[in-house]
Amino acid sequence: MNGFFDIPSDLQSSYLGLISTHMQEALIPVLVGLLLALPIGLLCVRVDWIYPPVLWFTTVLYAIPSIAFFVVLIDYTGLSRTTVIIPLCLYSLVILVPAVVDGVRSVPEETNAAAAAMGIGPVRRYLQVQLPIAVPAIMAGLRVATASSISLVSVGALIGNQGALGNLLTTAMLYHRPLLAVNSVVTTAVLAILVDALLVLLRRVLTPWQPPTGRRAGRRTSSIPDAARAQGGVS
Amino acid sequence: MIAIEDVSKRYADGTVAVDRLSLQIPNHSITVLVGPSGCGKTTTLRMINRMIEPSSGTIRVDGEDIQRRPVNALRQSMGYVIQNAGLFQHRTIVDNIATVPRLLGWSKQRARARAAELMERVGLDPAMARRYPYQLSGGQQQRVGVARALAADPPVLLMDEPFSAVDPVVRRDLQKELLRIQGELGKAIVFVTHDMDEAITIGDRVAVLRTGGRLAQFATPDELLSAPADSFVEEFLGTDRGIRGLSFLSTRDLALDSSRVLPVGTDWQETAGRIGAQAPVLVTDADGKPLGWADLTAWHGDVTTLEPYGRSFVIGRDSLRVALDRAVLSPTGQAVAVDGRGKVLGLAGQDRIAAAIRAARQERAADSPDPVPEPKAAR
Repeated sequence: MNGFFDIPSDLQSSYLGLISTHMQEALIPVLVGLLLALPIGLLCVRVDWIYPPVLWFTTVLYAIPSIAFFVVLIDYTGLSRTTVIIPLCLYSLVILVPAVVDGVRSVPEETNAAAAAMGIGPVRRYLQVQLPIAVPAIMAGLRVATASSISLVSVGALIGNQGALGNLLTTAMLYHRPLLAVNSVVTTAVLAILVDALLVLLRRVLTPWQPPTGRRAGRRTSSIPDAARAQGGVS
Repeated sequence: MIAIEDVSKRYADGTVAVDRLSLQIPNHSITVLVGPSGCGKTTTLRMINRMIEPSSGTIRVDGEDIQRRPVNALRQSMGYVIQNAGLFQHRTIVDNIATVPRLLGWSKQRARARAAELMERVGLDPAMARRYPYQLSGGQQQRVGVARALAADPPVLLMDEPFSAVDPVVRRDLQKELLRIQGELGKAIVFVTHDMDEAITIGDRVAVLRTGGRLAQFATPDELLSAPADSFVEEFLGTDRGIRGLSFLSTRDLALDSSRVLPVGTDWQETAGRIGAQAPVLVTDADGKPLGWADLTAWHGDVTTLEPYGRSFVIGRDSLRVALDRAVLSPTGQAVAVDGRGKVLGLAGQDRIAAAIRAARQERAADSPDPVPEPKAAR
């Protein structure tokens, strides 16, 4: 009963159960963070002066240790998953708001001008032109936020075993089973790598319009027909 | 008709971009705004679709003040082409072109069918429909930009230095295409450029703006070249405006010398005796097409020893500028004039061309000083 994947019964969960809990506690904050970052990003892009204070505020949030958050939140949300999820949402926000804003700001000026000149209103422009073009930048932010969130969930072990795979670390010390700690670290790392790979795949699917990396020269070769047309003159 | 009436644009810091500008931009023609950077040409263009709001003055399109129209509806009624095309990199070519029709609520199928039609109109291979902008060259992207602007068939087309970022060969190609498309569609086109050559090439009328956003001259390219309003315009036109002005003079009335054209097989010795052996003659084939130059003092009827005649010009279609260019390049100093089918009509030396230039100038001076310009594409 002391195999690598055997989980002490006081955690009231199987190995797979721990993984499932871990993923929920890690991914829900990233999703919530993304949903919040999109409108905040729009606001920051539309109203220029808002971005610096927003950035300042989220960075300060990031500097607050999660334990400090827990101490405050326990009074309201108790020793629950929500108490773990709320700080992680805020941490995601710190990464995702700049990703969205920088991504949208990297949209070429002439693309924005063309969209405005075609009578595409600001909100529609944001949703249909700027955000899609910002997808690579946003996905880069999502990868960082997700990896960081997956590793941070473990801290939840400090408040009544809400750390999912992180709980194995405390249990390992309690029962003198170091393999449980190894299990926790390895599983967390593997999860982070797998989810990251999925996100890379998702980005590829979402951005068929991006030139294949390292082969920007494709643009040059395709210019040959046009040059040939120019040589031949116009009928 | 776009009427710009006493329009100014002043910024909060006191900069004046456009200073009491008034312009009448007619339908079915290309009006070019040209000038050095900081002359307010782009500002003026952007005030027409309200991307910039004027500080004072009124702009009317077909009599209606544009301030009375909802801004997005106004913009959807005006095509807009921009430097570097400004394509939506995340959309395929066909979806880029279909953008405004989709905004106007067309079905996806109808919008795409329209986009396919426009790709053909601007000379794009239909196979490109499903490609993304990064897969196209700069010139091709610019064609897509033009197609996108034309998609909802707007009566007005605004073009902001659309061809400035492509190389000269492709630029000439795009200019020709624009003139061809304009010949088919007859839009009211407002075209901004800093390149006077481009303005002269494509404009039916050219508004020259000077720094500070004041109008220096508003005239046809021909008038501009022959009578610049002041030294600023003259300087901006460059050093060869006299030569360039010849582009607007027809070779129709050029007096040709047909005595030195010799169809192959005729008695060249008799000809030499008649017109003298000193001057070179142009030998043609049986159909009257040019073969090359012969020096009768040394020639014995062998067509393989003829000196190449270079390029000819088409009488009535080509301008005196082309004729002069051919004469300058000709080994004998004589330009070869042909008809539409390539048959030689006669020769024109630099002296005859000079006489034609003088005659055209005199005739022009006698005409009314403000001739109505013909639409460019009809030329």
